[in-house]
Amino acid sequence: MYNAGKIIPGLVIFLGLVTFPFWSNIGRAAFEAPELVFPETEEECVESGDWMRANHMILLDDWRDLAVRDNLRLYSSETGKRFDMSLTKTCLSSQCHANKDTFCDRCHDALAIAPHCWDCHVVPSIGEE
Amino acid sequence: MAINRRTFLKAAGLTTLAGVAGHAAMELLAPGALEASGAPKVGEYPEALTAKRWAMLIDTEKFTTAQVYQKCIDACHVLHNVPHIPGDQEIKWLWTDSFKHVFPDQQHALVPERIKNQPFMALCNHCDNPPCVRVCPTKATFKRDDGIVMMDMHRCIGCRYCMAGCPYGARSFNFWDPRPFIENIDPYYPTRMKGVVEKCTFCEDRLAKGQLPACVEASEGALIFGDLANEDSEVRRVLRERYSLRRKPSLGTDPHVFYLI
Amino acid sequence: MLEKALQGNKAYWGWIASLLVVIGIGFVFYVYQLQQGLGVTGLNRDVSWGLYIGQLTYMVGIAASAVMLVLPYYLHDHKAFGKLVIFGEFLAVSAVVVCLLFVVVDLGQPQRLMNVILYPTPNSVLFWDMVVLNGYLFLNIIIGWSVLHAVKKGVRPASWVKVLIYVSIPWAVSIHTVTAFLYAGLPGRYFWHDSLLAASFLSGAFAAGPALLLLILMIVQKVSDLKIPKEAIQTMTKIITYAWAINLFMVLLKIFSAYYSQYPAKMAAFDYMFGGYGGEQLMPWMWNFVFLGVVSLALLVIPSTRNNPVTMTIALIMVFVAGWIDKGLTLVIGGFIPNPFKVHTEYWPTIPEVFISVGVYAVGLLILTVLYKVALAVQRESAS
Repeated sequence: MYNAGKIIPGLVIFLGLVTFPFWSNIGRAAFEAPELVFPETEEECVESGDWMRANHMILLDDWRDLAVRDNLRLYSSETGKRFDMSLTKTCLSSQCHANKDTFCDRCHDALAIAPHCWDCHVVPSIGEE
Repeated sequence: MAINRRTFLKAAGLTTLAGVAGHAAMELLAPGALEASGAPKVGEYPEALTAKRWAMLIDTEKFTTAQVYQKCIDACHVLHNVPHIPGDQEIKWLWTDSFKHVFPDQQHALVPERIKNQPFMALCNHCDNPPCVRVCPTKATFKRDDGIVMMDMHRCIGCRYCMAGCPYGARSFNFWDPRPFIENIDPYYPTRMKGVVEKCTFCEDRLAKGQLPACVEASEGALIFGDLANEDSEVRRVLRERYSLRRKPSLGTDPHVFYLI
Repeated sequence: MLEKALQGNKAYWGWIASLLVVIGIGFVFYVYQLQQGLGVTGLNRDVSWGLYIGQLTYMVGIAASAVMLVLPYYLHDHKAFGKLVIFGEFLAVSAVVVCLLFVVVDLGQPQRLMNVILYPTPNSVLFWDMVVLNGYLFLNIIIGWSVLHAVKKGVRPASWVKVLIYVSIPWAVSIHTVTAFLYAGLPGRYFWHDSLLAASFLSGAFAAGPALLLLILMIVQKVSDLKIPKEAIQTMTKIITYAWAINLFMVLLKIFSAYYSQYPAKMAAFDYMFGGYGGEQLMPWMWNFVFLGVVSLALLVIPSTRNNPVTMTIALIMVFVAGWIDKGLTLVIGGFIPNPFKVHTEYWPTIPEVFISVGVYAVGLLILTVLYKVALAVQRESAS
């Protein structure tokens, strides 16, 4: 092989870099699902809990576009319950997830996600972040 | 049911990508699903105020002092969390200026004293042929079927082409993070983030809940809001009776804010 | 071929290192702008585009001007340009990269840049500007690289490259035309709303672009073994002369139609720019533009000064600077003043804005240096 002296160390460095997430985690504690504080009064979310866990960001994305771009703001869920398609007024209302820090943030922080929603949307109970 | 819901979300997601109205594609991909009971569906509030063509009339005879205007401006700016940024990087949705600035082409030496001295209100004209919509490269600003020129702050890339396009200076850019400049944030209306353009939306979110725009409500009758396409509406009746001006009609933008003189 | 850019003397590496330092400084300021917002610039509610978009406009012209070498060489077989065409194309590549970077640094939300592609909007001129600029970038990279490769191998370029070259000629015109349409299509901006704008953009570009290229080539000639054929210099200076004369003529046309018609909004822009009415920020620049423009035209028109290397160089520098004042500075700013309320709000770039701009230009120079280094090395090898 030509230039083996350069290619092989180069490959080693490259492999080291791309596998960084794996070996840098060796010895660290395994991921633990964070404990979330659920609403006290409300039993049900907009849709079933399992579905919401997997799809809440898609739902919020669709709500956003439907409300802002199509002027459709009323959502009737599978069970026939109606909701205002609003992150602030529905999801973050006092009966539901007003506790952004112990609900939204816990999961997002654990997964190292920083959604831009809060750059503009304000949590009513906390006020300005 | 789960499939229905997925279909709906998929349809909505797809249309977001294609930029087609969500409900139209919903009808296309899952005909009747909007009506079928049990399946998730989306719609308008029954109490929503609707129109074929929204328009606003500003009765300049009732707006004689700056105080009346200030009530409207405060109602708007407080409700929409409009920051108060001093200097030339300011943000405003609704403001006042003199006749010679709002109507630069109408200005002459012998304009009546009342007109010359009284403040005139300025806001987005919700043009029928809006240059801002024409130039926007992402459809972040778009014209709705009811004539409202709407902003999607989630999509704005902050290129400011709409500001160059608007001949009325109705658009403001967030040069800074606005939050430190808002005295009391109303949590029920989002603030904006730095780097996006904003402007008056004719309070489209209030109309959707059956309320008139905040400035109209605060104006004690000095602002008239209604459906220009409806011959029996108050805006049509008043326009039939009184002389009105529009800003820069020669530019062909067809503004839908009328100044009653 | 790129490895040829890794072999150079001390001066070469010193130049690369200093460009990297300038880029680094610009980048630090850009991070600052990204964190704080565009409030750190001198831009405001009334003058919402400034130095960045001005540089975009000027550099689109520089990029388009490559056609002034491509066209005579490929359509008229002007052999003197043979070895120089590649330098024109590589100048275009770096100029377009500079343009695109200036768009990015001007955005309030650059991380959403891809929205332009995710939600394509054919009614927006900015969408088309993105299309033609990127297209022109790829055309010139592919053409330049494959022609150079053919030189290296000692063969003729493939026939599909010829097709791309022919496509690139109208494409070059299109990039500056579409950029002019950004401005010329706006109602109520009287200084820009001008059907001549694209034509005057092109004429200015076809003077300033070749002027810059010739100046760069004269520097390259000093630091390498490149020989610019005398005939090539003569053709280029003639192109510059005619294009520059047409450009200045069009300035006079605009002034005539504003003042003879006595159309107030049209006059307002010139009153402000040349007369200092409502603010004097741009006035000295405008009169410098006039001075540089007229003197350089005189130097270029008179054959003895056009053919004298010293006076020619002075004239080229003057054309380049005057072109920059015209498009890089006053065109964009002047279009916003007075504002829609006939109020004069002025603008002047801030220190972060200037350093970011200089940093972007340094990126362009770095790309230009690397590409020129490769081209020179390939040409030298094929000659020996």
